[in-house]
Amino acid sequence: MDNETQSETRTDGGETPDFLTGMSESSSVTTKRERFGRTIDRYFLTQARIAWTDWRTRFGIVVLGLFIFTGTVGVQIVPESSMNEAETYMTWFQSWEYPLGTDNMGRPIHKQLVHATPAMLKMGLAGAIFAAGVAVVVGTLAGYKGGVVDYALMLVSDVLMVIPGLPLVIVLAAIWQPSGPFEVGVILAIDSWPGLARTIRSQVLTLREESYVEAARSMGVSTRSILQSDIVPQLMPYVLINSAQAARGVIFASVALYFLGFLSPSEANWGSMMNDAYATGGALSNPARAAHWLYPPMGALILLSFALVLLSQGLDKVFNPRLRARHSKTVDDSEDLPNQ
Amino acid sequence: MNYYVRRIGQAIVTLFSVITITFVLYRLMPGGPLDIMRQQMIQEAVQQGQDVNVEQVNRMIELRTNVDPQQPVYQAYAEYMINIVVYQDFGESIWRGEPVFDILFRAMPWSIFVSIYGLLIGFTLNILLGAVMAYKEGSRFDAVASIGATFLNSVPYYVGAILMLSFLGFQFGWFPTRGRYDPATVEGFNLPFMLSVLHHSALPIASTIIVGFGGTALSMRGNCIRVMGQNYLRVARLRGLSDNRIAIRYVGRNAILPLYTSFMIGIAAIFSSSIIMEQIFTYPGIGWYTFEALSQRDYPLLMGLLIFFSTITVIGIMIADLTYGLIDPRAGTSDRESY
Repeated sequence: MDNETQSETRTDGGETPDFLTGMSESSSVTTKRERFGRTIDRYFLTQARIAWTDWRTRFGIVVLGLFIFTGTVGVQIVPESSMNEAETYMTWFQSWEYPLGTDNMGRPIHKQLVHATPAMLKMGLAGAIFAAGVAVVVGTLAGYKGGVVDYALMLVSDVLMVIPGLPLVIVLAAIWQPSGPFEVGVILAIDSWPGLARTIRSQVLTLREESYVEAARSMGVSTRSILQSDIVPQLMPYVLINSAQAARGVIFASVALYFLGFLSPSEANWGSMMNDAYATGGALSNPARAAHWLYPPMGALILLSFALVLLSQGLDKVFNPRLRARHSKTVDDSEDLPNQ
Repeated sequence: MNYYVRRIGQAIVTLFSVITITFVLYRLMPGGPLDIMRQQMIQEAVQQGQDVNVEQVNRMIELRTNVDPQQPVYQAYAEYMINIVVYQDFGESIWRGEPVFDILFRAMPWSIFVSIYGLLIGFTLNILLGAVMAYKEGSRFDAVASIGATFLNSVPYYVGAILMLSFLGFQFGWFPTRGRYDPATVEGFNLPFMLSVLHHSALPIASTIIVGFGGTALSMRGNCIRVMGQNYLRVARLRGLSDNRIAIRYVGRNAILPLYTSFMIGIAAIFSSSIIMEQIFTYPGIGWYTFEALSQRDYPLLMGLLIFFSTITVIGIMIADLTYGLIDPRAGTSDRESY
């Protein structure tokens, strides 16, 4: 690692080192392409390299990757289930063809599980993006601006935080009648951004007093670009970690609502599978008949959320800045870590 | 202006906005209570083989519910607020035909009983586990407990509830699977009744403990480890203070402080989750009636329940905010410059 980085440093020759000029927007020394490459390295590859050293992220990435594989390729391999494909109420491990058994209409359970995966992932993704996006905008604006803006934005998020989440989501779902998984994800995330916005705001409160922010402000830089280039990058790690949690929350809530029957399933779904097993199959009072129908979707749900939790715990470690500098190729080691 | 006055004012504004927004939202829900009632009455008549007289059904519904569907939203809202503020009247449940307040008061004690015990036991267990994990940091116990807590944290509470009901309730038969108490006992202050209440509430309380279990333990562990690295702890040790005093006054207090707010907000989460929980355990409390009101579009009952939920949450967060300064003297309430 040392040789590689040092040789790279030497290619800079006598010119001004990259890391000094790279800070300013109007740098003429580094081309756009170089800067892009460096951004990729610093913000993505480095993180990935560190992430892989922690078993938590490794587990999270592998399991999440398996789910994504199931949701994209698996759906193509495993054909969709049809009615009366096999005997009804077959328990698991009875035959190789139907390892997880079948439901009350003879549909194999493993096929339903596979075909429900894309919808769950889409919901989680939409929810995470929506929750994180709104929380960042609201939180930074409120924390940075202060005064009336702060008061108004925090009132909105307080109100959303106080309205009990589940009934609100159920009512919104009844009004909006969401059809696709993306829409369902966004509705379910409405409940999860206020908490994140509040914590982001409190972090911005300390950031806004930093001297570089004050310098930018006194130079007359617009609020928008101060937020974009000075404040938000500092918060990104935190936001990333929390969006993994938001995805988990959205998936929890969606399965809960499908399980209770408040959302009408348009396609296969873990929650509606649980609902069918519970209500139609009587999985609780008659476990011998339908328990095999109820447990697989629950297991899939737990596994997915365990992966997301571990991923967010691992990411927490990734963003430790001292670790980051050691793995980055574009940061000059001799400057950052004089001991090496 | 005094901070306390301002904070209480803010709580009132929040509560008022919540009531307004949800009132409008509930009215926007398609398929009002009258539609659902009409459908059911027609279905009943068809099932009994009678002729369906739509006009008669409409008249019956109007008599029974006393709701004028033609009334615009803002007028209904004004009437509703006047009734609450001036007469403390929350209206009558459309579906059950009883005053909302009677239903609320009948259901409330049960939900509060389950939630408070679940929250208190869960929080205590979590804090103890987190403290022990931090104390034995790096040991095998710490590693195993950390993974265990993370795993429990990723099990949704309703999955925990279903599993417990399935195994402890149905398959082993240790706990009753539905209801709040044994109907054979006499309601009142007597031992069989109270034992039966405890027996019936064991599973709901146990699954309430699962809500957020592990998460709090992990943050407690993190807080403890952070505090244990501080210099003032070394000074405390050098001063020859007893280990107990250090553990409780120095580490414990500083580590629990950040969890205080999350405890207060946790009350709201538990009441929200009671909708699913009480449905699974067939435990008629607040959540049970919310479920019913939502599916029957029973606006008055729904609004009453919502005002109950929101008031508890607002008060919880407000108490957390107001008392935080007392518990943690470092937290100031300074005014900031606005840009």
